[in-house]
Amino acid sequence: MKHLLLATAAAVFCAGSALADTKIGMITTLSGGGAGLGIDVRDGFMLAIAQSGRNDVEVVIEDDQRKPDIAVQLADRMIQSERVDIMTGIIWSNLAMAVIPSAVNQNVFYLSPNAGPSQLAGPGCHQNYFNVAWQNDNLHEAAGSYANSADYTNSFILAPNYPAGQDALTGYKRMYEGALAGEVFTQLGQTDYAAEIAQIRASGADSVFFFLPGGMGISFLKQYADSGVDLPVVGPAFSFDQGILQAVGDAALGVVNTSQWNKDIDNPTNAAFVESFSAEYGRLPSLYASQGFDTANLILSALDKASPSDADAFREALRAADFDSTRGDFAFDTNQHPIQDIYAREVIQEGDVFTNKIIGVALEDHSNVYADQCKM
Amino acid sequence: MSAILIIEQVLNGLQFGVMLFLMAAGLTLIFGVMGLINLAHGSLYMVGAFAAAAVAGVTGSFVLGLIAALIAAACAGAIVEMVVIRRLYKAAHLDQVLATFALILIFSEGTRWVFGSFPLFLDIPDALSGPVTLPGGIQYPLYRLTLIAIGLAVAIGLWALIEKTRIGIQIRAGENDREMIAALGVDISRLYTIIFALGAALAGLAGALVGAIQSVQVGMGEPVLILAFVVIVIGGIGSIRGAFIGALLVGLTDTLGGVFLPELFKLFMDTGAAQKSGSAIASMGIYILMGLVLIWRPTGLFGTRA
Repeated sequence: MKHLLLATAAAVFCAGSALADTKIGMITTLSGGGAGLGIDVRDGFMLAIAQSGRNDVEVVIEDDQRKPDIAVQLADRMIQSERVDIMTGIIWSNLAMAVIPSAVNQNVFYLSPNAGPSQLAGPGCHQNYFNVAWQNDNLHEAAGSYANSADYTNSFILAPNYPAGQDALTGYKRMYEGALAGEVFTQLGQTDYAAEIAQIRASGADSVFFFLPGGMGISFLKQYADSGVDLPVVGPAFSFDQGILQAVGDAALGVVNTSQWNKDIDNPTNAAFVESFSAEYGRLPSLYASQGFDTANLILSALDKASPSDADAFREALRAADFDSTRGDFAFDTNQHPIQDIYAREVIQEGDVFTNKIIGVALEDHSNVYADQCKM
Repeated sequence: MSAILIIEQVLNGLQFGVMLFLMAAGLTLIFGVMGLINLAHGSLYMVGAFAAAAVAGVTGSFVLGLIAALIAAACAGAIVEMVVIRRLYKAAHLDQVLATFALILIFSEGTRWVFGSFPLFLDIPDALSGPVTLPGGIQYPLYRLTLIAIGLAVAIGLWALIEKTRIGIQIRAGENDREMIAALGVDISRLYTIIFALGAALAGLAGALVGAIQSVQVGMGEPVLILAFVVIVIGGIGSIRGAFIGALLVGLTDTLGGVFLPELFKLFMDTGAAQKSGSAIASMGIYILMGLVLIWRPTGLFGTRA
C-alpha cells in the first residue's frame, strides 16, 4: 500500500521530469483510528499540488498509524535516505513532539498542517518550524470568548486526561470569565459518557464546554442528545468536522463550535477550493482538508521565490506567507504560528448533509500567548 | 452529591456491566472449552456494529440491523473458526495470540476497505429514544434501560442453554475432558464451531447495541476487548457465572470510581488537582480490583483451573 501510494505520487507528479527539484515528505495518519483526519490533510495537500501544475515537486507519502515510534522511523528514513527538503503531515501532538524537534535540527523545514503543541510555540520554537493550522489552545480560547458573548456564566467543562485535553481546558479558562459548575477529565478513548452526563445534570450548569476529538465526540453528542439534558453546548471544531457530523446526525444540530475555517468563508480561493475538492473527491472538505490545502499553497508560494537549498531565502519566503489562504487574511506571528480570525459556527442541515455555517467572529486576528517565550 | 445522582450512576454501571458481559461470555466460553486465546473477539464486536449500521442505514429498521449484526458476526465467527482457528487448538498460546492478532489487522483493514475511514451512523430507534422518569424523579435514557434488560435476558438465556440443554451438557463436558466426549461420539469439531459462532454472535450483538450510542468506527472493538479480558480473569476463566459477576463488578467499579474518586480527593486537594489525580487513579480502578481478586483467589472468583 505504501509502495503503491509512493508510486502513484511519483508517477503523477514526476511525469515528464526525470528528477524532481523539491522533495516533500508527508507523514500522516492514514490507517487505524483517526485516519479520516490524515486522509483529509493528504487530499487537500495533493489537490493544491495538482492544481499548481508543477512537475518539479515530488511528494512522498507515508502512514504513521498514529504511533510515535513509527513516525520517528519514517522521519529518519525520509531525512537520511530520501533526502527530503520539506516535511509536513503530522496530525497528533504527541507524534509531532516525537518527530519535529529532531527533523528541524537536521536542517529540514517542517510545516505543520494540524498539530500545534504549546511546547513548540514557546521555548521550543525553531526557525525551520512553521505551523499553518493553529496553536493548540486557539480554538478553545475562541470557545471561551464565545461563551462570554453568549452570556454563559456557569460552564461545565470536560476533556480527556492527556496533554492536549489539559491545554484545552486551560485555553477555555483563559478567555472565559464566568464561574465553573464542574471540571471533569475523562479517559482518553472513553466511549461511554453516561457518568459525566449525570454529573452535568446534577451540577446546575448553564452551558457545557467539551473537547473530545474524533469518535469520543460522536459518542458524547449522541448520548447527550438522548439524555434529556438540554443545556447549550460549545466546543472546538474537532468534534464537528465534516467527516464526523454525518455519524452524529441530528444530535449535533444547532451546536456552536469554533474553527479558523469553514466552507462559507467568503473569498475566491475558498470558493474554488470547496468546489474543486468536492468535485475531485466526492465529499465536502473538512477544516483538516483546508489546512492541508493551505500548507501546500504556502510551500508553493515560497518555492516561487527561492529554493529550499537556499535555506535563509526560503525561510524568509515562508515567513512572508504570500499565498491566498482559504481563510482569507493570514500572517505569521514571531514564533511562526498563525495570526488569524477564529469563527463561531453552528451545525446545520443542508438537504441530507450535516455541515457548519458561520454565525460570527469569536476572536479577530488572534495569535497565541506563547510568542513572547520564543527566542529564535 | 444527591441520592438521585448515585442511583443514576449505579444504573450506568449496571448497563456498562451487562454489555461487557455479552463480550466476556463468548470470550470465556471459547477459552474455557477450547483453551484458545482469541484476540480477534473485538473484531467480531466491530463486525456486528458495522453490519447493523449498514443494514439499518439501508432499511431504516433498527431491529433488522440487530438481526443482521447477529447473523454477520456469527457467520464471521464460524468462518474464522473453520479457516484459521481450527489449526491452532494444539498450538502454543503464543502462536494463538499471533494468529488472532493478525486477524485483528485483517478485519480492521478489510472493514476500512469496504466502509471507508469515516465513522458510520447508527442511531437509537425512535421508540426507545429520550429519557423516561423513574420512581423518585430520576431521569434515565430509555435505551440504556433496554440495554440492561437485554443483557439480563441474554444472561438468563445463556444460563438455561448451558444448564438445561443437550448442547449445554456437551459444552460443559468439553470444558472438563475433550478427549472423553470425542470418544463418546460427540462431533467435537462441530461443537467447537457452534461455540465459536455463539460467542461471536454475542459480541456482534453487543457491538450493534452499543454502536447506537457510541461511534461505529474501525478499531472500536479493541478497548472493549481489554476490559473483557479483565472481566474473565476476575470471574474465573471458563465460567459464565464468573463472567456475569465479573462484568457487573468491572462496570460498577469503573463508573462509580470515575465519579466518586475525584469527589473524595476534593476533600483534601484543590479542584483541578483532585480532578486530574482522581481520574487517573479511577482509570486504574478495575486493574486494582483485578489484582485484589487474584491475591484473594488466584483462579478468579468462580475459576476451577489451577
